[in-house]
Amino acid sequence: MRELAAIGAFALAAALLPAFVSSGFALNLAIMVLYSTLLGQAWNLLAGFGGQFSFGHALFFGTGAYASAALQVHLGVNAWLALPIAIACGAAAGALVGAVSFRYGLRGSYFALVTLAFAEVFRILANSVEFTGGGVGLLLPLKESAADMQFPGKAGFLYLILALTLAGFLGSWWLKHSRFGAWLAAVRDSEESAAALGVDVFRVKLAAIALSAALMSAAGVFYVQYFHYIDPHIAYGPAVSVEALLGPIVGGLGTVFGPLLGAAVLQLLGEITRNLAGDAPGVSLVVYGVALIGMVMFLPRGIAGLIARRSS
Amino acid sequence: MLEADGLSVRFGGVQALDNVSLAVAAGSITALIGPNGAGKSTLFGVVSGFLAPDAGTVRFLGADATGLAPHRLCRLGMARTFQIVQPFAAQTVRENIAVGAHLSRPSRREALVHAERIAAQLGLGAQLDKLAANLTVAGRKRLELARALATGPKLLLLDEVLAGLNPQEIAEVLPVVRAIRDSGVTVLMIEHVMQAVMNLAETVFVLNEGRLIAEGPPAQIAGDARVIEAYLGHGASERLRRAALATPVAASGDAHA
Amino acid sequence: MLDFPILFASLLNGLTQGAVYALVALGLTLIYGVLHIINFAHGALLMVALYGVFFLNARLGMDPYVALPVMVPAMFVLGYCLQRLVVGRAGHGKDENILLVTLGLAIVLENAALAAFKSDTRTIETAYTFSTVNLAGAMIAVPKVIAFFGALAVAALLLLLISRTDLGRAIRAVAKERQGARIVGIDVEHVFAVSFGIGLACLGAAACFLLPAYYVNPQVGNGFVLIAFTIVVLGGMGSFAGALAGGFIVGVIESLGGLWLGESLGQIGIFLAFIAILLFRPQGLFGASVEKSGRA
Repeated sequence: MRELAAIGAFALAAALLPAFVSSGFALNLAIMVLYSTLLGQAWNLLAGFGGQFSFGHALFFGTGAYASAALQVHLGVNAWLALPIAIACGAAAGALVGAVSFRYGLRGSYFALVTLAFAEVFRILANSVEFTGGGVGLLLPLKESAADMQFPGKAGFLYLILALTLAGFLGSWWLKHSRFGAWLAAVRDSEESAAALGVDVFRVKLAAIALSAALMSAAGVFYVQYFHYIDPHIAYGPAVSVEALLGPIVGGLGTVFGPLLGAAVLQLLGEITRNLAGDAPGVSLVVYGVALIGMVMFLPRGIAGLIARRSS
Repeated sequence: MLEADGLSVRFGGVQALDNVSLAVAAGSITALIGPNGAGKSTLFGVVSGFLAPDAGTVRFLGADATGLAPHRLCRLGMARTFQIVQPFAAQTVRENIAVGAHLSRPSRREALVHAERIAAQLGLGAQLDKLAANLTVAGRKRLELARALATGPKLLLLDEVLAGLNPQEIAEVLPVVRAIRDSGVTVLMIEHVMQAVMNLAETVFVLNEGRLIAEGPPAQIAGDARVIEAYLGHGASERLRRAALATPVAASGDAHA
Repeated sequence: MLDFPILFASLLNGLTQGAVYALVALGLTLIYGVLHIINFAHGALLMVALYGVFFLNARLGMDPYVALPVMVPAMFVLGYCLQRLVVGRAGHGKDENILLVTLGLAIVLENAALAAFKSDTRTIETAYTFSTVNLAGAMIAVPKVIAFFGALAVAALLLLLISRTDLGRAIRAVAKERQGARIVGIDVEHVFAVSFGIGLACLGAAACFLLPAYYVNPQVGNGFVLIAFTIVVLGGMGSFAGALAGGFIVGVIESLGGLWLGESLGQIGIFLAFIAILLFRPQGLFGASVEKSGRA
């Protein structure tokens, strides 16, 4: 229950932010931290709670992004209507990858590789197909109206991303307090034992990847609405896949607040790096890579794990 | 309760099970023994759905259960433990057992409560909040047992639940197994610890090199020549008999004279 | 387009490219076969080697083939140290952790290169960069032909090393049974590091053969990672002969695929093949292992 209260408090604080802060820079920072949190929450669902490490989560991000963008650009569908459709597309992609991978018993490194391969296949396809605008990508026409999910000020986008991350928080909390979550954790820790205890391992993993994909595709939809643009490299390239896993690893796998902690710390690290090293491309990513290695080597349970250890 | 009929399993060049048939009566404690490599765990694997037999059938509660997936068998009332225990290491004892409890309890709260009940039954009450990774071998074996019990099974398959325990620990587990049977659960156990087999089992099945070589009450099995030879080698039964005839049985004090 | 001369040239180009792919995959195969880890940093490390060859040429005027005796030992030392100091320490025995560490390494290397060298694509020019050789009517670039034979030579050397030397015996022992090897006195950590080093040494050689007909930029490794994995899985994780054969097969698929579908779409064939193999025949075409290669 304390966790629910913490979630509520955080949501409230974030919602009140625009009332006290009007700097575009600060609001953008908050939005990017929440966006990064959402990516992490999606990945964390499958990896932290479910124990399946995907290296190609961009697959679902890109599917959601392209679905939403294409519906708006080619068919003039309203952005709010496109949102659930895009999420459904993302979930379907998740179910597809899951059905195929889990049916054939892919785990660990093999699963990571297969997700990477799927993302690459889609990237190449998106690059060659007209529907996605090919290599040029899709540009969303500027509308600047809440009715089209393009808000005139940053505050609107902040509330949108906050709503999505709230769904992520509640979903993670639910996993810690539900039967499905218990099943998922059992599958993560020992598939054989879980099966012997009556858990339908395949169905549980399938549901987990579909949920994870749904959340990830929501992030993709947000990206398109905020940046108005999507192309194959952004949609399906390794950058998003890496960003999704960095947060939870740093913040703490399989925890409710891990993705948020990780996103905040990484954003902070990024800002510090930018101040010290200027705008040289790649420097902040070097720092992130070192952070990744460091966390795995010294703090495998992440920052949340450190906090838990201190308080016990 | 459980009937295996003509089960055969082949791994490459090895016939792990060769036309094995046995029946487990409801409400009994039945033991499955045999030297290493006899096929006992293979039999468990087939019965519990982890292995598909090349031939033969398994009937559980009167219905065909051959080749059913483990989780489905569990839902029908068959639970098992593993020889090499695999606790959910990152979770507490309570959470571990709760996974089993969830089989028939969708509510998280109810499952956790039932887990506490089972833990108390098996003497794990004091360790409910301990991480499974921090338990001793004996503790982990009990946890394995508790998890399976939490599913509310009708038939419990115990795979060497006493392996790795010292005599004191074994003595503590025996009444637990008996209590489980007394509460209405049929028990089929693979065991190497003969003390437990003699003590607990009503019927004993003996496997050797994939084949069933003897079945019957423990006392009868202990004297069965084929069983002795399976464990001690060809001709052992005869040698033992001749040795017993050659040296007269002396009072315990004389042996050191 | 189905003209025999064009097909033939495409086939030969596929084979020469495949030879270099095979060399990259050989290193990965050794690392997987012995350490049982999937080295996600393999592509980035190839990029590092390529930059090494590039700067040896740009700053010291060294011909890439002359650079072989410099690059191969240098990459070996790099691999040895990386395994000993970073990769080996981070595992904690869990598959996923090693995965993440090698991924982290890849991120660090790629972006350090980006920061240091910017994203410009660089090439080198040698006396024979533009010369071609006429093979039964197909004009094949000389560097590619050299790469073909070079890769085969390195593969042969590697096979000899594994099957005939004491070190090779130790490597095979560790690959087969880690604990057992430790018990008979083999320094397992040392063998791990040596294997990793040899794996990177192969990359050093590959870079020397590759650069004359190719290019380098910070992202070039990405393209090679999945291809290398495809080859390793296709050939059967841990089989050298398989990695060689797999390299050629993939090179040809890519070349012919590019012919039919255009270059970008052509690569899809490789990745789809990769997914298919992982699903339906994970033991690959040859399904052997490093420890058996002594009896190649």
